Amino acid sequence: MIARTVAAAAASLALAVGSAGCLSFYEIGVETPIQAKLDVSPFQRVLVAGFVTGGSRNIDPNTETARLLRSQLRTKSDLKVVDTDVMQLADEIDKRRGAAQTPSPTDEPRIKNEQDLQAYEEIFKDADYWKKIGAEFQMPLIITGTVLFTEVEKSGVVNKPTSFVDSQGITRYQESRTYSELKGYALAPKFIFIDGRTGQVLYSEGFHEERLYPKDQNTPALSTYFELMDSLLPSFLNTLSTQRIRGTRILLK
Amino acid sequence: MTKRVLLAAALILATALPAYADKRSDAKAQVSFGILVAQKHLWKEAARAWERATELDPTYAAAWNNLGIGYEQLGRFNDARKAYDKAQELDPNNTLIRNNNDQFREIYDRQNRRSGGR
Repeated sequence: MIARTVAAAAASLALAVGSAGCLSFYEIGVETPIQAKLDVSPFQRVLVAGFVTGGSRNIDPNTETARLLRSQLRTKSDLKVVDTDVMQLADEIDKRRGAAQTPSPTDEPRIKNEQDLQAYEEIFKDADYWKKIGAEFQMPLIITGTVLFTEVEKSGVVNKPTSFVDSQGITRYQESRTYSELKGYALAPKFIFIDGRTGQVLYSEGFHEERLYPKDQNTPALSTYFELMDSLLPSFLNTLSTQRIRGTRILLK
Repeated sequence: MTKRVLLAAALILATALPAYADKRSDAKAQVSFGILVAQKHLWKEAARAWERATELDPTYAAAWNNLGIGYEQLGRFNDARKAYDKAQELDPNNTLIRNNNDQFREIYDRQNRRSGGR
């Protein structure tokens, strides 16, 4: 009798454990909120002032970046975007230094690399200058910074999918390592957020992205620029507003 | 002697099992309710139901997993991390829980990296 009771209890325990192991699940779409990095509640307006840019002359990163960020902010932030001419910050610094702004006869860019760019970064610490700009545009949040868009050439061994027909006549694919010469562009923007009321830097964030293509492939600089910007725009926008990352999760029963 | 041990074991099982089953079934009801409201994107209510489920049965991995999802949707990332970790600790071989946790971790790490900011 006792043995039977114990056996029954053990069986029910096994059943309980078994049924616990047999889980039912539900896939659900989620939108995970990522909190904004900056509290922009003191501002009603945002001014994408302009950028100190350098590197390739195939595009104008200053105008393109300002235009792109303004259009993104218009649709994806609650701040009113100030519509004004894009500031030529590099010219402003050169003017302060008394340097002549004659175009280089070799068509060489003024700023070729990070090192050249650093020499121009002093302007971002000039609180009086930004305060003056802020007063001109009704104390907005000012977005400025640096953008380096450079041509890159690399060579090395890369994995490439290659097709072959097997003994049964079926086309199959396999990864093969081949030496390849690549070229493309690197984009290294640094976004600086300045309080238009005080001229002080509130936050800054830098990025580095690269896209490489086979050397014989002709990819326009501007399309690569947009491709590169696309990958870092969510992070940029997340500085000002809460972003939602879409995905799925599995709910369990 | 053996009979006594068997009797004691039977008594323990006979009393503990129904209590456990009751708690688990109450917790399951909360989990089901949570799923129902989560499907309507009422994450606050869902999280509350799953909190109750984990209070009723702290060994219920599914409830902790769901609670992790609920907290994640409410932006309570530190709580979500703890809930997901608890679910994985309770059911380490469950790939569904692991996948949820991995996907959450990607976002959580990104958010924390960005907190380093300036």
